[in-house]
Amino acid sequence: MAEHIVASFDQELEHIDRLLRDMGELAGSMTQAATRALLTSDNALAQRVVSDDTIMDAKQTELDERAITLIAKRQPMAQDLRAVVGAIRMASDLERIGDLAKNIAKRVGAVGQSATPRKLSHSIDTMASMVLAQVNAVVDRYVARKASDLVSLRDEDEKIDIHYTSVFRELLTYMMEDPRNITACTHLLFCAKNLERVGDHVTNIAENAYYILTGEQLPVQRPKLDETQMTVKS
Amino acid sequence: MNMLTDAAVETALEGAPESKAAKMRGEKVNVFYGGKQALFDVSLDVGENQVTALIGPSGCGKSTFLRCLNRMNDTIDIARVTGKITLDDEDIYNPRIDVVELRARVGMVFQKPNPFPKSIYENVAYGPRIHGLASAKGDLDGIVETSLQKAGLFNEVKDRLHEPGTGLSGGQQQRLCIARAIAVSPEVILMDEPCSALDPIATARVEELIDELRENYTIVIVTHSMQQAARVSQRTAMFHLGNLVEEGPTDKMFTNPEDKRTQDYITGRFG
Ligand SMILES: Nc1ncnc2c1ncn2[C@@H]1O[C@H](COP(=O)(O)OP(=O)(O)O)[C@@H](O)[C@H]1O
Ligand SMILES: [Mg+2]
Repeated sequence: MAEHIVASFDQELEHIDRLLRDMGELAGSMTQAATRALLTSDNALAQRVVSDDTIMDAKQTELDERAITLIAKRQPMAQDLRAVVGAIRMASDLERIGDLAKNIAKRVGAVGQSATPRKLSHSIDTMASMVLAQVNAVVDRYVARKASDLVSLRDEDEKIDIHYTSVFRELLTYMMEDPRNITACTHLLFCAKNLERVGDHVTNIAENAYYILTGEQLPVQRPKLDETQMTVKS
Repeated sequence: MNMLTDAAVETALEGAPESKAAKMRGEKVNVFYGGKQALFDVSLDVGENQVTALIGPSGCGKSTFLRCLNRMNDTIDIARVTGKITLDDEDIYNPRIDVVELRARVGMVFQKPNPFPKSIYENVAYGPRIHGLASAKGDLDGIVETSLQKAGLFNEVKDRLHEPGTGLSGGQQQRLCIARAIAVSPEVILMDEPCSALDPIATARVEELIDELRENYTIVIVTHSMQQAARVSQRTAMFHLGNLVEEGPTDKMFTNPEDKRTQDYITGRFG
């Protein structure tokens, strides 16, 4: 892409990109730390996630302000316009990921007292790694301007949904086996649900990033079947 | 499920802006100034009751193309035009065409407001009078009033119709020139950077006027402001070094243009 005639315009766009990348990295590390804190009952780590969320919010505020100033000052067009509006939206999804991680971290104290079944912690760990890979990949691919890679990323989210369904079933089984597991399992259930929602935000980011890079919407996905809802009703 | 309003359904049935019938049509238009070629095989349709914006870097041929549409290039000795330009499917370069009548049907508003050094009234009345559009004095008064009204100027000048047009503010002068163009009941109005000498408020008024005029007239506007093209037009044509490089719905041109040269130009990048 050629440079702008006004060099400071390029710098302003780069700065917004950099904030987005920072937020992406932070979202990834918060998600990872929160899950680990929950599974290892690490209160200090949980505390760090909570304070990281303040940084995340501050970055989003800065990005919004810079984007709004840029629109007022430069009146961006075409790919620049898409990049600025898209950055605002992506930042809002990243900020939501931060909130979800914080929410997981806040449960650490509550789960701490009761022992987490080993096997269960393993499948949540797997789910967390899947989600983490997605969070890290989405911003990377956007920054590397790889639109086609974003399509596969969105498809990956379906695997997370499927995994979530199986974690959900597993947790139900543990709760039915031994009512003393209920407290811990309920927190873990929220944790898994939050991870699944992080995945959904990644999908939103991928869709936005695709639009920014190509000017076209990703073809609509088939509506997903939420099996957990059916399980609950029956 | 979205609830479609009647208007939305109607628009959907009418189709997107591109399906508007062509009021004017340029086919393989070439223009030479002496030995220098300024336009190369430009083919462009101008949709009826639409605003078509012509954009592109200085010297790319926007004004040249605009001037072809009412044969203003005839007034430049060294200019030579080839190709075909039609108005309602009739070739306007056909020798049988009366150029004076053509310019009444295809009016023009220039960059710098250029009222005649006469009264506001005379500025508007001049055209209808020479074209014999008003038989009685009363008719002429009516034409002057409606034209000023359509140009959104009447209320501001109704008490001083016989004062000189040159005494108005820049924005008012430009609207006076638009009233003058409207007075001869044109079908097409060509505007060459009509707001470049105006302040933002006067510009906003002219833009609003352009949007209202679209209902009754077909408009082609040359503009240097991308935002203006985005605001007032339904279709945008991008010129570069005498070529038409891209033409399409304005929304798309400013969010997702196809051509690299359009992208570079509208985003302010080095081409
Ligand atoms: N009257 C003229 N005599 C000679 N060359 C002209 C004349 N008018 C325009 N040109 C040349 O034709 C090219 C296109 O000019 P113009 O149509 O005015 O461009 P634009 O309106 O896009 O700035 C330029 O190279 C310009 O120098
Ligand atoms: Mg010009």
